[in-house]
Amino acid sequence: MTTLFKFHGGVHPPTHKAESTRTPIAQMPLPKKLVIPFHQHVGNIAKPQVRAGDHVLKGQIIGLPEDGISSAVHASTSGTISEIGMQVVAHASGLPDLCATLIPDGKDEWIAHSGIDFRVATHADVRQMLRLAGVVGLGGAVFPSDLKLRPGKHKIDTLILNGAECEPYITCDDMLMRERADEIIRGAEIMRWVLGADTILVGIEDNKPEAIAAMQVAAQTSSDNIQVITVPTLYPGGGAKQLIRVLTGIEVAAGVRSTEKGVQCFNVATAQSIYRAVQFGEPLVSRIVTVTGNVSDAQNLEVLIGTPVSDIVAYAGVLPDTDSYIMGGPMMGLPLPAASVSIVKAANCIIASSPKLFPPAQPAMPCIRCTRCAEVCPAELQPQDLYWFAKAREFGKAQEFSLFDCIECGACSYVCPSHIPLVQYYRFAKSEIWARESEKNASDAARERFEFREHRIEREKREKAEKLAAKEQAALAAKQEAAKISAAPAETPTSAPIDEKQAKIQAAIEHAKQQAAAIKPKNTEQLTPQQLAEIADIEARRARIHELAKSEAEPPRE
Amino acid sequence: MSAFFSPFISKPDSVSAIMLKVILALIPGIALYVWYFGPAILVSITLASLTALATEAAMLKLRRRPIAPFLKDNSALLTAWLLALSIPSLAPWWLIVVGTAFCIAIAKHLYGGLGNNPFNPAMVGYAVLIVSFPVQMTHWITPLGMGAELGFGQQWQYIFSGMLPDGLTLDAVTMATPLDTLKTQLHLALPANEILTQPIFGHLAGHGSEMIALGFLIGGLYLLAARIISWHLPVAFLGTLFLVAGIFHMVDPAHYVAPVFHWFSGAAMLGAFFILTDPITSPTTRKGKLIFAAGAGLLTYLIRVYGAFPDGIAFATLLMNICVPLIDAYTQPKVFGKKEKQS
Repeated sequence: MTTLFKFHGGVHPPTHKAESTRTPIAQMPLPKKLVIPFHQHVGNIAKPQVRAGDHVLKGQIIGLPEDGISSAVHASTSGTISEIGMQVVAHASGLPDLCATLIPDGKDEWIAHSGIDFRVATHADVRQMLRLAGVVGLGGAVFPSDLKLRPGKHKIDTLILNGAECEPYITCDDMLMRERADEIIRGAEIMRWVLGADTILVGIEDNKPEAIAAMQVAAQTSSDNIQVITVPTLYPGGGAKQLIRVLTGIEVAAGVRSTEKGVQCFNVATAQSIYRAVQFGEPLVSRIVTVTGNVSDAQNLEVLIGTPVSDIVAYAGVLPDTDSYIMGGPMMGLPLPAASVSIVKAANCIIASSPKLFPPAQPAMPCIRCTRCAEVCPAELQPQDLYWFAKAREFGKAQEFSLFDCIECGACSYVCPSHIPLVQYYRFAKSEIWARESEKNASDAARERFEFREHRIEREKREKAEKLAAKEQAALAAKQEAAKISAAPAETPTSAPIDEKQAKIQAAIEHAKQQAAAIKPKNTEQLTPQQLAEIADIEARRARIHELAKSEAEPPRE
Repeated sequence: MSAFFSPFISKPDSVSAIMLKVILALIPGIALYVWYFGPAILVSITLASLTALATEAAMLKLRRRPIAPFLKDNSALLTAWLLALSIPSLAPWWLIVVGTAFCIAIAKHLYGGLGNNPFNPAMVGYAVLIVSFPVQMTHWITPLGMGAELGFGQQWQYIFSGMLPDGLTLDAVTMATPLDTLKTQLHLALPANEILTQPIFGHLAGHGSEMIALGFLIGGLYLLAARIISWHLPVAFLGTLFLVAGIFHMVDPAHYVAPVFHWFSGAAMLGAFFILTDPITSPTTRKGKLIFAAGAGLLTYLIRVYGAFPDGIAFATLLMNICVPLIDAYTQPKVFGKKEKQS
């Protein structure tokens, strides 16, 4: 038996996992309409490849990955694209993003697709296949998987499969492991092959005995060195950094890639979709979603990407006092801007929320420095100090106290006896720091651009003037030559051509100035939708935190 | 949906519940206090509580803060109880009223109220009283069964009117504390072991008062078990006090009493579990807590043995309170993943 390591802190919130694990994974019926966002992954938005009116087949690429970090987006079923446009998506900002609306034709007809033998293909081919299959991290981070399978110059010793699923309520990985353990293990074999890792460790929390048993049976069918390891149930033990720590003892600091320490970590559902993509050429068009909370039939559903949240909660029997929806778990989840938003690749869980289920937070009291937050912080920070700095807008100090090592797990807020929304303060501080940095970068860039333009105009003016002068000089010389030839040494006034020269230079300068005035700096106008969304996101957070500050019992100190 | 964000759940806990548990943990000590010294202490606790709540409400109103949530946080009550337990129970009524009002108005609210005061309010109140009213602060009641006894009515009458029953003098009903007695008689060049045979001393320290200390120890162990306080503070404080007292005692037992005496006399137990452990005025880091409490233990011993005051908990606490920001700044733990780097 492997020795397990501990990470600092952690909390034991009520798990509420039994509700949604009573029935097997069910297939969500084909919805009437699918709304598929082009930006469902970390990185650049996929470039639309279809137009309104196009007929598409299931699995057909509708958005191609664009430059560097990006991933493909597919039609989740066959049908007609009715619209390409901005729609509200499952994002913290609540802002619209580019989406394709797909009206299914009911045939659910696949595009021709076929798999490859990964042991014969090159690693690059496997990665390209995953990129075009739109495979991203399904634990919620949605980072393109092909990029995580590029070990670079580091030797990967250990591949970790994350089946911990520490967040309360969420059971999609649990059910997937129970029912499709073989596919997960086959996916792990592909990843191990591409990474060149020695061993595979599967970490599963001890509150999922059925999943552990199923994975152990499946692991025995593999020729790879796979160990299925039971880890203690402790939130946030399913965080990649925490799981790596528990299984290997290695601590991956903020800003460091785990590959530098010889470890790479994937969610179990990602492993399964990698298997489907490589073995059958099936792109990521559906995922398992836990539908739970204030519903009569909490369960796990296999849902097509793009299915409206309202459809799946209705399928699970949403109760009438439901007033909002959470995507993800109750510790780190995202409140959805509307029930009309669609299931995206990141959507592991939808919790129907009611005031009874999640009562509004009690009014915050002042911090009494009890350090319960520090005791539970898995990043080993001093949350009470960070709170103080964030509140006082001492962002430099906050950074000095490792603000950016915070993983926003929410354990501190969970235990705070003063009910201070600590994580919100850290999000606020982080977004303020980002906003300032991007402002600074933008102004630096603008200044550089301006200086360069000034320099260029100056140079062009000078060059033009010199050219003009040279031409004049040449013309003058030619004239003089002509005059000499005509043998009439007339008195050539030396002042006149010089004056003329000056005037022409002056005219050139004027012309350049006019040109300069016509060109306006456009750095604030050429923002991508992603940048706009980010800015709006930051603004939304700021607005929320200002509201929060107002509602607090103790107003900030003057 | 405006203030709706993760985490959506929280552990059922509150500042007022924490403060209430600390108050409840004082009850064994108070029960033994009543058993050995009569019910006068209940009068001073009541007076202190009423004064604290009234002052808290007045200060909140002056500072335009919401009154109800802060009155309900139980922090003012805790301060009141700690101060009442620190001063003589037979002191005139105005002493506890003035002291408590000072704690709440000056030591707490002028610094910004709950969570913002750098000094332990109860100890500020104690320090002000012992400096301003040294005579009244010596009105320590004689344990029951050790001289003239006052009934509850007589104790009540003395606290409010200063009148004693006919034929009784103040000296007959009050006495010097064991720590004070020891200090005075050591100055008279009596050997320590001889002094301790006098009737006011009991098995561990002072007769009666040692039992109160034991009551506070029991309450403190409950606070440890309930995870209201961390072990770092009481262990470092009592450990240092024991160690320093032990060294002195080993070198010269005639002049320096055994460490157990120091543990169970004065406010050592109250300080270890209820005063130094005030989270607002103590360090936040584990290492910092150890340094802070060890410093307080050392200072307590030095003040008791060499200082002008019989006990040293209050001044040791206040002196260490000053150091808290410095201690915190120099004891920041390394964060996750950054421990290997050389500092």
